[in-house]
Amino acid sequence: MSQLLDVRDLQTQFFTRDGVATAVDGVSFTLNRGEILGLVGESGSGKSVTGFSILGLVDPPGRVTGGQILFDGDDLVRGGEPLLRGLRGKRIAMIFQDPMMTLNPVLRIDTQMIETVQAHAPVSRAEARARAEEALVRVGISSPAERLKSYPHQFSGGMRQRVAIAIALLHKPDLIIADEPTTALDVTIQAQILSEVQALCSQSGTALIWITHDLAVVSGLADRLAVMYAGRIIEEGPTAEVIARPRHPYTRGLIDSVPQGKRHGARLAQIPGMTPSLLNLPEGCKFAPRCPRADAACAVEPRLDPSGPGRAVRCHHPHGDSETRVLS
Amino acid sequence: MIVYLVRRVGQSLLAVMAMAVLVFIGVYFIGNPVDVLINPEATQADILATTERLGLDKPLWQQFGIFLGNALQGDLGTSFVYGRPALDIILERLPATMELALVALFLSVAIGIPLGVWAGLRPESIAGRTIMGGSILGFSLPNFWQGMLLILVFAVLLGWLPAGGRGATTEVLGLQVSFLTWDGLSHLILPAVNLALFKMSLIIRLARANTREVCLQDYVKFARAKGLSPRRVVLVHILKNIMIPVVTIIGLELGSMVAFAIVTETVFAWPGMGKLLIDSINLLDRPVIVAYLMLTVLIIVGINLLVDVIYSLLDPRIRLSEMKG
Ligand SMILES: Nc1ncnc2c1ncn2[C@@H]1O[C@H](COP(=O)(O)OP(=O)(O)OP(=O)(O)O)[C@@H](O)[C@H]1O
Ligand SMILES: [Mg+2]
Repeated sequence: MSQLLDVRDLQTQFFTRDGVATAVDGVSFTLNRGEILGLVGESGSGKSVTGFSILGLVDPPGRVTGGQILFDGDDLVRGGEPLLRGLRGKRIAMIFQDPMMTLNPVLRIDTQMIETVQAHAPVSRAEARARAEEALVRVGISSPAERLKSYPHQFSGGMRQRVAIAIALLHKPDLIIADEPTTALDVTIQAQILSEVQALCSQSGTALIWITHDLAVVSGLADRLAVMYAGRIIEEGPTAEVIARPRHPYTRGLIDSVPQGKRHGARLAQIPGMTPSLLNLPEGCKFAPRCPRADAACAVEPRLDPSGPGRAVRCHHPHGDSETRVLS
Repeated sequence: MIVYLVRRVGQSLLAVMAMAVLVFIGVYFIGNPVDVLINPEATQADILATTERLGLDKPLWQQFGIFLGNALQGDLGTSFVYGRPALDIILERLPATMELALVALFLSVAIGIPLGVWAGLRPESIAGRTIMGGSILGFSLPNFWQGMLLILVFAVLLGWLPAGGRGATTEVLGLQVSFLTWDGLSHLILPAVNLALFKMSLIIRLARANTREVCLQDYVKFARAKGLSPRRVVLVHILKNIMIPVVTIIGLELGSMVAFAIVTETVFAWPGMGKLLIDSINLLDRPVIVAYLMLTVLIIVGINLLVDVIYSLLDPRIRLSEMKG
């Protein structure tokens, strides 16, 4: 499989009144065509900002301040607006967390879909409408011609998210960035949408970056996982590997805090402490203050080093493969 | 929609009735018009005769009953001063005021919305800050003072525009309008600008605040993520959302434009209803005052009704819930 996206040393900062917050700091990862990457981390770890940085949608006071984002060979950071405008919605699409907020409340669904078609394809309104209907059918919405004439408030949350996904799929993009698209939905709808998106992406060979704070959601979906903490990737690798043998104490903490059937009744482990403020990060390893394994060595920030095939971890004292995970 | 309309019309009629009572009682307490109208040397008999002729000897509720009965037939009384139907006198002046108010409203919208949206899109830029600074001036300087300043600069110092009066008018559909000839237009510009400044500042601030709020919404980011041009994002996705509060304000403000026109018309000697009202208050010409107030109420209530309809057309969410309700 050929490489589609290569993010190198990405840095995105917010210049706020209280100081400079480096929301994304030295993030690097690659993504092949058709591959699904799960981007996991606690709230505030920089997942959304990473996604917005790729699309060039970071709003002031924020700005991408360093690194490269190579998409099919073109550097999106260098290319800037002109390059990005041509890619957004056409080759890179995005789906947002809250389906109640992503569709414009005062515009009909057809307006919002047709404009998307016409933004990138020189087709007539009728042709654009036909494509919109097709897209709605693809995400499982029946009688699309009628549905197109509705306003967003006439749909349920799950239906709206389907519409948003249909919009994202309109131009059969190479990459979809999905920012917690199921978090706001019921569990049953969540599962439906997950499997639908998975199916649609494998049909069309679309690569997917699935952003979530919920490990359980991505573990069945993603080919690879990247775990973020305080704007950095702290562990990366094939999903099954990372879940079975987490190397970073933080990843391990995350996995232990996911409720599992077989541990029914057992107390859930929690990661002690709180996410540090970006304006006041500790020296050295950012996780050290909350880490059970921290020692003097952690006063120096570890690098993201390879640790086995396809895996990398940013830790001075990673867990080894031989250590079994402590259950209970 | 029909049910909704009928209900709103009913509410409007109630409002007009309530206003009629208030206006009538209010005017009753201003003073006795006979004192002003009558020759100071008149005898007691003359005074009584005049009072009787004007119907002022009857008890208040009876006067109100007569007024209401006549009003329903379109008769708002006869001016004590001009001896002609009060409504006719006012209607003669109405076109001048309406033209002034509409032109001023047009100016405040056509200039206010683009400036406000611009300032909202770039709140930190120099242009954005300048626009906001200017709007604070327009907001806080007294209207009559702005008017006199305009006269001083453009009429007296520069001599570009006349200082007062209405100038030549043209008849269109039976109405006298100024804006079709240069002479008329030149008389219209200064008072219209004067009347517009305050509303323009209001609209700028409103449009800016709403633009800033709408810009933060996910649907704007989503629109950009779809690859739409910035033009389309602003002109369709943002503008359509900020139009909802702006239209409401415009509607409410057109009514108050007519009211505000009193000051502007007085400063610029514009022969409209506002100037007539001031003159009538000085002369205690009760029927004209009452007729003016009633007509103004009707205009404002009518505009509000219209705004509600436009509002429901703009915002699909309202349309639905109101139709259900
Ligand atoms: N507009 C902004 N101004 C200032 N700082 C910001 C802004 N947006 C984001 N940040 C900073 O970037 C950090 C990362 O935010 P981001 O939205 O990427 O987190 P996230 O991992 O997506 O969390 P969540 O799970 O809550 O969505 C935040 O902690 C915040 O400090
Ligand atoms: Mg987020």
